[in-house]
Amino acid sequence: MDNDILSVEGLTVSFDGFVVLDSLDFNLAHGELRFLIGPNGAGKTTLLDLITGKTRPSRGKILFDGETDLTKLREHDLVKLGIGRKFQTPSVFASLTVYENMEVAIGFRRRLGALLRPLARSEADWIDSTLGKVGLSERAATQAGTLSHGEKQWLEIGMLLAQEPKLLLLDEPVAGMTRRERERTGTLLQAIGGDRSVLVVEHDMEFVRHFAEKVTVLHQGKVLSEGSMERVQHDPEVVRAYLGRSRRPERNGYAAVAS
Amino acid sequence: MSALLQLSRGTLVTSWAPLIVMLALLLLAPFVLSDFRLGLLGKFLTFAILALALNLIWGYAGMLSLGHGVFFGLGGYAMGMFMKLEGTGGKLPDFMFWSGLEELPFFIAPFKYAWFALPMVFILPAAVAGGLGYLVFRSRITGVYFALITQALSLIVSILFIGQQPYTGGTNGITNYSTLFGYQVFSPGTQLTLYFITVIALAVVYLVLRLVVNSRSGRIMIAMRDDENRVRFMGYDPAILKTIAFAASGGIAGIAGALFVPQVGIISPSSMGILQSIEIAVWVAVGGRGTLAGPIIGAVLVNAAKSGLSESFPVIWQFFLGGLFIGAVLLFPAGIMGLFRGELSRERFTRPLTRIRELKQQGIGGVVRQWTTTSFR
Amino acid sequence: MEVWALQLFNGLSLSSILLLIALGLALSFGLMNVINLAHGEFIMLGAYTVYALQQAAMALTGDVSSSVTFIMAIPLSFVVAGAVGMLVEAGLIRFLYQRPLDTLLATVGVGIFLQQLARSIFGAPNVQVVAPWWLTGGLELTDGLVLPIKRLFIIALVLVCIAGLYWYMYRSSEGRRTRAVMQNREMAASLGVSTRRVDNLTFALGSGLAGLAGCGLTLIGPIGPSLGTFYIVDAFIVVILGGLGQIPGTILAALIIGILNTVFEFGTTAVVGKVLVFAMVILFLQWRPNGLVRVRGR
Repeated sequence: MDNDILSVEGLTVSFDGFVVLDSLDFNLAHGELRFLIGPNGAGKTTLLDLITGKTRPSRGKILFDGETDLTKLREHDLVKLGIGRKFQTPSVFASLTVYENMEVAIGFRRRLGALLRPLARSEADWIDSTLGKVGLSERAATQAGTLSHGEKQWLEIGMLLAQEPKLLLLDEPVAGMTRRERERTGTLLQAIGGDRSVLVVEHDMEFVRHFAEKVTVLHQGKVLSEGSMERVQHDPEVVRAYLGRSRRPERNGYAAVAS
Repeated sequence: MSALLQLSRGTLVTSWAPLIVMLALLLLAPFVLSDFRLGLLGKFLTFAILALALNLIWGYAGMLSLGHGVFFGLGGYAMGMFMKLEGTGGKLPDFMFWSGLEELPFFIAPFKYAWFALPMVFILPAAVAGGLGYLVFRSRITGVYFALITQALSLIVSILFIGQQPYTGGTNGITNYSTLFGYQVFSPGTQLTLYFITVIALAVVYLVLRLVVNSRSGRIMIAMRDDENRVRFMGYDPAILKTIAFAASGGIAGIAGALFVPQVGIISPSSMGILQSIEIAVWVAVGGRGTLAGPIIGAVLVNAAKSGLSESFPVIWQFFLGGLFIGAVLLFPAGIMGLFRGELSRERFTRPLTRIRELKQQGIGGVVRQWTTTSFR
Repeated sequence: MEVWALQLFNGLSLSSILLLIALGLALSFGLMNVINLAHGEFIMLGAYTVYALQQAAMALTGDVSSSVTFIMAIPLSFVVAGAVGMLVEAGLIRFLYQRPLDTLLATVGVGIFLQQLARSIFGAPNVQVVAPWWLTGGLELTDGLVLPIKRLFIIALVLVCIAGLYWYMYRSSEGRRTRAVMQNREMAASLGVSTRRVDNLTFALGSGLAGLAGCGLTLIGPIGPSLGTFYIVDAFIVVILGGLGQIPGTILAALIIGILNTVFEFGTTAVVGKVLVFAMVILFLQWRPNGLVRVRGR
């Protein structure tokens, strides 16, 4: 267990009696890139909400690095601990420029007095190199609100990267992107890797198949299957979960899992 | 990226010129204006400081406070009490005596010392703003809720001050001052000095706020206006940041109040009431929120119009003020500063009409989408 | 004992007025995310409608306290305030729907305008509406406990309004459309509900309720151009405590605030009472930031 950055134990959460997560157990190793898939309402986004403190569980705990229980901490403390999250809809600060967005992102560990002073040389360099990584160097002076959908997503990823989180949570990073944007995002995700652990929630099965090493399937608040994409795809439980009751494939690419 | 930094520094330098002109005009005003008009201008400049205070949290951080009259008033009362006690030589002031007090209450007595009273001008309103702000922001109350709670504060503090006649002078407030640091308060010399102090205070507040809003903390404030939740998930605690901004803004409003009292000669609950507090917002809106020069211009112009109109045509003034509120948000959301930046072209005047056309063209679905996706502003 | 019972009753009558005012606010906030700071002036409009009608009747018949006039004035105060509300919504508020804080300021302008209008027409001093004979006097329950008929009438008026509102929202097709837009504006729009019409009618309805509250207030005391400002902040506190836009929460909050205000006022002074209520609401929000009634969801 020492090797796990995240271990979720018996996590249960319900809204008005509707159980969203049902004593879920889940582990993520250091440096792992994991994809989380599952039908709508499986509890994927809720799991991210719990890890980032947006929602509190009814029972169970989430251990970070084998020691800290995340369910007790406040949202911003979790970020300081090293957990970054990209939301489903791109959320950047629309009236600030790309560069200013980055300034906000890297200031989070600074004391208040330091936020009144100009950027340190090292900070400016760090922003430059991160913007280079996400390919937005030329857009530095652009107001973030006027960026394209894909550029906003990259900016948000860039802001998170600049914070150097130990664990990065991405909620549908390629939703609404064009094919080319998707490819670029995928390469970016792989480049992020290294000693950073990444958990990605994704609906786009083609994207998952292309970039995923290991996949976890959530269904009705429980882990249904886990393993390589190959293995998961042929798990009869998974096939039943996606196709079973309704007997018809749902939206974007669920059928592809079963095929 | 150094190019970008240079760019922003470049615009900083060019924007100094109009400021220096403005400061020079204010410093030359005493040689041109009559004592009476200079007194008015001095009063307007204290309002300009007050408008800057409100603009810090509304224009930048997106929190509309309808209770800033309270903070102005608290600063004013601290100053008023100090001057009153100087006048009585630390003895019981007349209004307390009339209300049946025999001894100076322990919480008022320290105000006879300048070392206590003058810092209190800032600390008292900042503490009230910080205390209320912390409770409110901690429970994540924002937008309209926050505006309504601060409005309730303004009502409650003003009726509290009216009700506590023995300590506050009731409806009449605190007035009839004689000296300030040994000088006759209403002698032309003292008034001229007070005018210069006000100009300097305004310049200092302006420069400090300029430093703040152009620093990273300014960006974080704008970020909170855009998307507070994202700021929280960037690792900041918005409750603390907003509390600090609100407390600082309250304290600055208190300084404005303290400068107002010796020049106008009275501080009373009417300075803290609901309507007075809301009027501050219209000064900021008329000048241009989210800019630093705008609130100053707005406060001076609106109050000049007020003293010009309200004496001779009080009825017209009320209708004009009502219209100003509506016009400032509906037709000129960027205010006078918007004019300078050329944002206000014909397009602004015809905007409501364009909106109607849009409503018809997009059908309601499009408008609704816009409505549901945009946040508070 | 009787004294406290009477205080409780007075609290209940204040609650009912606050409720009528707050319901209008809660309706338009729940639907459009808009708070109307001129709401207090709609109360004033309703009150002056009663006064104007009474003055007109006196000029015609010489009878100032005519029952017919007063009964006619009740629906008329609703209609006048509602019609002005409809105009304000159509001419101003709908351009500001995506900017709630700007709406606050613009409606302040409307409020100042309406107050000055009332001052210009009726004069600044307060005026008194004469109640019809059957509303004077009291209902003697026990020795020493006499409930003023006027206040009983106000409570009854509010109960009728709530029943009417319930019928409108839950039994009429217009109300069903309103609830649909409240829950999911886009969906309702794409199903063919005219959200423009729903917004406009709901805002008018809320303003009308404020007008009725003003009509009720003419029975309690003199009325003036700034009548609304005395009640409106309490009504805002009710709306915040109830959970903005929540009708059941609003009802509960109005009861609590009305009774607390009266009890504190009786135990201490009106001013201290208000301060205590404000402090309690702020502290309560620490515990339940969304107010009394919480909408739960994922």
